[in-house]
Amino acid sequence: MTTLATAPAPGFDAPGVDAFDLPPIFGPVTKPVVLLVLSAVIIYVLFRLAVRRPQLVPSKGQFMGEAFHGMVRNTIARDMIGPEFLRFVPFLTALFAFVLVNNLFGIIPLIQFPTFAHPGVPYALAVIVWLVYNTVGIRHHGFFGYLRVSTWPPDVPWWVRIILTPIEFLSNILLRPVTLSLRLFGNMFAGHLLLVLFVLGGDYMLFVADSITLKLLSPFAFGMAIVFTFFEAFVQVVQAYIFVMLTASYIGSAIADDH
Amino acid sequence: MTGSLNVVGYGLSAIGPGIGVGIVFAAFINGVARQPEARGQLQGIAFIGFALSEALAILGLVLAFAI
Repeated sequence: MTTLATAPAPGFDAPGVDAFDLPPIFGPVTKPVVLLVLSAVIIYVLFRLAVRRPQLVPSKGQFMGEAFHGMVRNTIARDMIGPEFLRFVPFLTALFAFVLVNNLFGIIPLIQFPTFAHPGVPYALAVIVWLVYNTVGIRHHGFFGYLRVSTWPPDVPWWVRIILTPIEFLSNILLRPVTLSLRLFGNMFAGHLLLVLFVLGGDYMLFVADSITLKLLSPFAFGMAIVFTFFEAFVQVVQAYIFVMLTASYIGSAIADDH
Repeated sequence: MTGSLNVVGYGLSAIGPGIGVGIVFAAFINGVARQPEARGQLQGIAFIGFALSEALAILGLVLAFAI
């Protein structure tokens, strides 16, 4: 019986971070790289088709493109940015489409990998957003004016300012891109890991495990995988929405006049 | 079965953001129930509040795998 205790424990090997290290397809090109290019192509083609023959009474495709654009314009940009929102609508729409398509790759059969589950991709997007809102703010207020708007809230006693100004600087200038990218990355990473876990667990129960009970219970694991696929679809849309919503609110606070 | 104690810690640390997200949406539902026409405005605020409290859970998740 002592040999049993020292033998390597047989059992289910849960997937971890290594589930995301995909082998290169050719050269340095991996699946996320291909998916990023694919998403850009998909979005370009869809929007091109939507505005191919603009009509007063829109066709189905044109209507869908306009509804998408109108949703970003009316519920995100206008509420968050204020009177100058029209300038930013193309950027926000493109950002929303890009994040949404890349997220939905996570549940589309045969693709099934959310591009943003690799942290480098959301970092790059967050850098773009950071450059945009800081540039917009500096052009609107001037460099020191922008610093004053973002770190110097009015009507605060001086002894609060000693703590408040460094915190405002940290959160408004330095931490915003970090949380923005990590939120998207973490959600996609956790969601993909969850799906991989349920599918591999069901696979293990059905094909590898010897116990007949586990074999009979394996449909529940697959069922959970299906349920969580729908849940992931919801999370992916919400995260794309939140990403654009926060970008719009950062731009809005950068160009706000009366702070 | 092997595992990391980090993930147990992450589970504990997710309690706080979970309560926070619950409070945010409870306030949102209350607000809409009292004043249905303010739904559009409240939705934006609710999602920002949700995102801010959820950021803590996400940071915890990243640190659970990174450390």
